[in-house]
Amino acid sequence: MRSEPPRPGSLRRRLTLTLIVGAAVLALLFFLVVRTYAQQVAQQSQDRILEASLTSLLDAAVVRDGQIELDVPYAAFAMLDTGADDRVFYAIHQGGELLTGYDNLTDPPFALTPSAEFSTRPFNGAEVRRATLTHSLPASPRPVLLTVSVAQTRDSLAGTLLAISANAAVFGTAFFLLAAGMALWTSASTLRPLGDLAKAVARRGPSDLRPVNRPVPSELSPLVTSLNSLMTRLSHSLTQSETFIAEAAHRVRTPLATVRSHAEATLLRVDKDENRQALRSMIRAIDESSRAAGQLLDHAMVTFRGDQLVKRDIDLVTICSEIVDRLTPVAEMMDLDLTLSSQGPVRIKGDTILIQNAVRNLVDNALKYSPPEKGVHITVSANPGATIAVTDQGGGFPEAQIGLLSQRFQRGDNVKDTVGSGLGLTIASDVAEAHGGRLELKNLNSGGACAILHL
Amino acid sequence: MDRAGPQNAMKYLLIEDNAALAAALCNRMRLDGHVIDHALTLSEGSDFLLVGDYDLILLDIMLPDGDGRGFLERHRAAANTTPVIVLTARSEVSDRVSMLDLGADDYLTKPFDHSELQARCRAVMRRQSGSAQTVIRRGAAALDPVASVLTIGQVDTTLRNRELRLLELFMNAPGQIFSKSKLVDRLFSYDDTVTDNAIEVYVGRLRKHLEGSGVSISTHRGLGYRLDEE
Repeated sequence: MRSEPPRPGSLRRRLTLTLIVGAAVLALLFFLVVRTYAQQVAQQSQDRILEASLTSLLDAAVVRDGQIELDVPYAAFAMLDTGADDRVFYAIHQGGELLTGYDNLTDPPFALTPSAEFSTRPFNGAEVRRATLTHSLPASPRPVLLTVSVAQTRDSLAGTLLAISANAAVFGTAFFLLAAGMALWTSASTLRPLGDLAKAVARRGPSDLRPVNRPVPSELSPLVTSLNSLMTRLSHSLTQSETFIAEAAHRVRTPLATVRSHAEATLLRVDKDENRQALRSMIRAIDESSRAAGQLLDHAMVTFRGDQLVKRDIDLVTICSEIVDRLTPVAEMMDLDLTLSSQGPVRIKGDTILIQNAVRNLVDNALKYSPPEKGVHITVSANPGATIAVTDQGGGFPEAQIGLLSQRFQRGDNVKDTVGSGLGLTIASDVAEAHGGRLELKNLNSGGACAILHL
Repeated sequence: MDRAGPQNAMKYLLIEDNAALAAALCNRMRLDGHVIDHALTLSEGSDFLLVGDYDLILLDIMLPDGDGRGFLERHRAAANTTPVIVLTARSEVSDRVSMLDLGADDYLTKPFDHSELQARCRAVMRRQSGSAQTVIRRGAAALDPVASVLTIGQVDTTLRNRELRLLELFMNAPGQIFSKSKLVDRLFSYDDTVTDNAIEVYVGRLRKHLEGSGVSISTHRGLGYRLDEE
């Protein structure tokens, strides 16, 4: 009966995935930005020191008698000490001629530059950062072009960068993990009201059609509103059909009761045999139609309740003894004994009203087909499986038809002259099936019929 | 005590808004020799209850001035012990529980067999301990219809239901001849398969039960049976 709607993916998975991918992109971006920025800052600071070194070298240069004198200041190289094993190279050129330092560090020609020029290049098997500045020193007869280059390997810089990158990676990963965790939590908590709502609705019994009034987020309220209006309509139509059944029964049965009472009273006063015969047929017809009406209603009710079975803990012995109490006056009227035997309570999960209905129909049948001054016996037993057996001492079921009797409107060939609608066994059989059992019909060896409800 | 009418008369109050059904029911009850008052509404029923002392109330559920269930509740709340049998036309399922919970002693679904109504009334009266039981006496025989016991001298005989109904009929109208077919209709819910001969079996049994009581059932060929007091 219950069908799963098709599922084009999960909201929760989609939400979680989006959030996690977003977090990953952000973490990567963070890492790259930090790394690039750190690189720039480190580069700038190295450049500034190199420039300062250049400047101090240049400041130390003086032209005396047309000759350049340069006393290399200690500070010019000391400031380049990084603590790491970085090497420092320098070259000083006058015009195009190397005065001192490493050849090949800088290549002429040199032009006057307003500020230091920086470049990164390989030198002596390592990558170095080189700064070059060319100054013009006043001298006679003409100014002298002095070019100073200082280069430094980048080991310390690379180390710093690596440390910063590692930190950035740690922070990036931590951010990602945190964000992923939050994504999971957020998607779970965002969707929780939806799940709670579904659970609350699913937990209800089939007859609970009250509107849902638990607080829900505003996004869910249109859903709840339409759910409630559906519930209202459903409950309305159920109430209507229940009222309709009750009303229909009232409308049909009251006039039947009137006619029957009149016919019965008349029968007492009438003497002529044909008239008596006619009145008898009338009463029998009334009985037949009222019984049929009752059983049709019962059958509709059994179908309705069976479709949405609410199982509760019930005791079959209690149910049967109530039925025995109820039907004893009827049995007495027919000089029949109605007895019940059981060994202690037999508890099952089921619907009291359905089982009452089934047993009442079986007992009705047994009473109807029993010869007077015999007994109808109900046996409730728990072993093997919960069963209620109703036996009589009548003519039994017709053997050839025994398999067909529980079908709707089927009646045995041997009971054509007894009032009946042919729905009693159908009702009992439907009730047994609704409880996952079956109705077994058999004839006893000692004579008489036996109907067993296996529940 | 020697009345012309039936001695086991019980006093009923019928509360039923369907006048035709009520008329038919009252008719039938009076034919059986019972006293019955009919109220069309609940308020009318309450008025009857104030002045009359009833053995049993027959209560319809759907009434113009209210639901019979409310009446039942007030009836029980007022500690009134008069038994109530509910007559309902509604589907049994919905009413059953509330009826019995509210203090109805039994209920009957319309349309009902008059004999079943009688049987249920008797069953209810039997349960009602301490209520005055009416005994019909003819000769040395005393019949308690509620307990279904026939007493002759010091000997009690419990009668089967059909025996009881047959004897009750005879003892309520001594000297009257009942035809076999009328007796059949009284005892066997209008079932065509029952032959007139079935009555002979029951009459035979009653004769045996009545031995030594000073009353006997005589056969009148072609007419039927009659209870004679010696």
